[in-house]
Amino acid sequence: MALAQKPSKANYLWRMFVNHAATTLAVVSTILVVAPLIAIFAYLVYKGASSLNLAFFTKTPAPVGETGGGMANAIVGSGILLALSSVLGVPIGIAAGIYLSEFGRGGRLANLVRFTADVLNGVPSIVMGIAIYSLIVLPQKHFSALSGGVALGIMMIPTITRTTEEMLLMVPNSIREAALGLGVPNWRSVLAITLKTASPGVITGCMLAFARVAGETAPLLFTAFGNQFWSANVNQPIAALPLQIYVYALSPYDEWHRLAWAGALVLIVLIVVSVALVRFVTTRGVLKGAN
Amino acid sequence: MGVGIEVSQLNAWYGTNHTLQDINLKIPANQATALIGPSGCGKSTFVRCINRMHETNPIGKVTGTIRVGDLDIYNDASPVEIRRRIGMVFQRPNPFPTMSIYDNVAAGLRLNGFSNRRILDEVVERSLKHAALWDEVKDDLKKKSGASLSGGQQQRLCIARALAVDPEILLMDEPASALDPVSTAKIEDLIFQLKSQYTIVIVTHNMQQAARVAERTGFFLNGRLVEFDSTHKIFTNPGDKRTEDYITGRFG
Amino acid sequence: MVNPKVQEVRVSGPPVVPTPSPVPPPAEISNSAPSPVRKFLTERGSSAMSDHVFRWLMLICAISIFGIVALIAWELVARSQLTISKFGLSFFIKQEWDPVNGNFGALPFIFGTLVSSIVALIIAVPLSVGVAIFLTEMCPKMLRGPLSFLTELLAAIPSVVYGLWAVFILVPILRVHVNPFLMKTLGWTGFFAGPNYGIGIMAAGVILAIMILPIISSLTREVMTAVPHAQREAVLALGATRWEMIRMGVLRNARIGIVGSIILGLGRALGETIAVTMVIGNRPEIVKSLLGLGYSMASVIANEFSEASDDLYLSALIEIGLALFIVTIIVNAIARLLVWAVTQGSSARAA
Repeated sequence: MALAQKPSKANYLWRMFVNHAATTLAVVSTILVVAPLIAIFAYLVYKGASSLNLAFFTKTPAPVGETGGGMANAIVGSGILLALSSVLGVPIGIAAGIYLSEFGRGGRLANLVRFTADVLNGVPSIVMGIAIYSLIVLPQKHFSALSGGVALGIMMIPTITRTTEEMLLMVPNSIREAALGLGVPNWRSVLAITLKTASPGVITGCMLAFARVAGETAPLLFTAFGNQFWSANVNQPIAALPLQIYVYALSPYDEWHRLAWAGALVLIVLIVVSVALVRFVTTRGVLKGAN
Repeated sequence: MGVGIEVSQLNAWYGTNHTLQDINLKIPANQATALIGPSGCGKSTFVRCINRMHETNPIGKVTGTIRVGDLDIYNDASPVEIRRRIGMVFQRPNPFPTMSIYDNVAAGLRLNGFSNRRILDEVVERSLKHAALWDEVKDDLKKKSGASLSGGQQQRLCIARALAVDPEILLMDEPASALDPVSTAKIEDLIFQLKSQYTIVIVTHNMQQAARVAERTGFFLNGRLVEFDSTHKIFTNPGDKRTEDYITGRFG
Repeated sequence: MVNPKVQEVRVSGPPVVPTPSPVPPPAEISNSAPSPVRKFLTERGSSAMSDHVFRWLMLICAISIFGIVALIAWELVARSQLTISKFGLSFFIKQEWDPVNGNFGALPFIFGTLVSSIVALIIAVPLSVGVAIFLTEMCPKMLRGPLSFLTELLAAIPSVVYGLWAVFILVPILRVHVNPFLMKTLGWTGFFAGPNYGIGIMAAGVILAIMILPIISSLTREVMTAVPHAQREAVLALGATRWEMIRMGVLRNARIGIVGSIILGLGRALGETIAVTMVIGNRPEIVKSLLGLGYSMASVIANEFSEASDDLYLSALIEIGLALFIVTIIVNAIARLLVWAVTQGSSARAA
């Protein structure tokens, strides 16, 4: 090992060389990583912005071969799917997070739940899609927004559970003690005091889950399935933004490619705003005054 | 009106740590009783047993009896009911950060379902006056958050909050230790005023403080109650040598 | 009688305040009748029942996470019974994928998934570890925030957007510039031969690399940051250069966690569907050349699920899904355990 040898000029020079080489490699890697990101963003903004117009947000897809048209139905469809999935995912996720933070802290069950949530986060979303297809679509014999919402909702649960737990753990114990000391029932204290204090963080955690789920395509392939027309019927197939982008990108029509780029830009903007917001909330300090 | 507290054969544990051993004492009503002793002697644990906060810790365990008035608080009532009759002020001020001053004081009532606006306004005003905070905040009750006050004001806010639920006993765990001397003096004044209406138990590291505000004082050491007597006697002619050593500053 | 030793402690009345502060007169002393507040609170009763119910509700929701895993496993196993009973384990060794004749072998997809993931790891691991080292140990403080924000953004971009970019930008670049170069220089290995479509296993590997970079990088950063400063200082005190300090003081201690984050990246690569489907070529064949077309487990499901006309076909696809499920669970579990071992609990956002 270099340090154990007697120091010699050659040895010293070699070590300095290695040191500089390592730094260079690290810098180069960073540039190589940042470059595609900037490239993707730049190209997206360029292509997407030129394709984006008002019609994109207000019109449904035009018939093949015609220009104009938009992805309005897909945007609305994504909104509906998001709403459906939140009904399932948000309450269960927050409740599970409450359990981990307020009742099970440090216990074996809590550790197991947390571990399983993390592992579940790594399961490919297409597998979720298959499971819900099997559970809901097959028995019903048709695709539906409902099944898509359930698939997305289930995907939200582990994410929201973990972020809720993290945010609740940041609430200082002194606040909980103050509430308990007043003779407030535990359930009231958890909801009205602890959760309320952590609510900015919990809400942004939900937003992060929304952003992630809003961009998911695979689970919708055989649940929501997609729809070329307006539909707000929960029991019918429904369009979704990422699904539409996927179909259009693989199509042979330039017009649809243009729409795909525009849709991708919309998605990216959504993501950037959510990630930035989460960062802002968690680094600027969620809990004013509670230190 | 305050009530007296009667403690018999109280033992408390933190996991396997036998924090309190065979505590017996009678705390008189409508007086201030000080508990002194070196760090870790169990005095904080003791007061937390009185309002059943000790058991909120998963490894906390209590045996023995504590009677408040004629109620056996461990066997005849639930912790929540007890804590509505026994208020607590903590070492570090802990106002609810998302609530205004008004909401902080009213929290104990509101969160228990009380909604009569007129009475709430009265209670908030009365509690803030009792806590000697009213004049300083009366114009900003709903505008300022509880956390925007100074340390001393926050602690008085916490006292007002505790008083709002009309307790019979007020437990204070080193309430002034995190405060500057002027705030400390204000708090001590407060205790003097409140004595006539509540039974006050104050844990303190500061012997002069105990001497100033309390009629009776108990000295804890290593989980045991070494001596419990009138403040005057403890500080002029303590019966136990260990008490004498502590008072004269030999340790702690 | 006063104990002389204790004489110094003064016992006095109310404290002497430097400036007379107005002490409010004691408010009306409540008489013996309980105030409305006290009466109200006494009537509230204990909340033991509602606390109990609340706790149970939260517990049930927490346990639902197990329920979700069980549900998925159940549905997958139940619906793949046809092929499980017909082909048994040979399903995973057979090469032929012939829906028309009811002959299903999953080996091409396993091959495609594995090879594209390995290509992705080969490209991504050195780069992401390099980025992690740079950001943790070398980066000027000012740049750290923006750069880590950028990596977080990379992780959050949806798969379909990556796929879109890959189809229209990456694939042409590969076809026109990169692949010919590879064929010329490394063609003798046999790994870079044959018709150059642009799409194929190579393209899938590259886009996967870009997608798993941020995960490996941010987890590696977390793991490296968890190494206590004392370790770094100890090595520096011996006269080490910065790189030697990083190598011996940080990487050596963090290597278990770094392996964990690499495995986590692998897990993500194995299951990645949409971006891969858009560029892998969708040909169920096993070829030696990385420039050849391939097919991954997730891709075949995505492409052929809605066309599966008969139950056997569907069962075959679902069985592939089941295999994917089991593999990703195992890989993720191992990865999480390794990372946890070093950081004692990782952040929820680093996923």
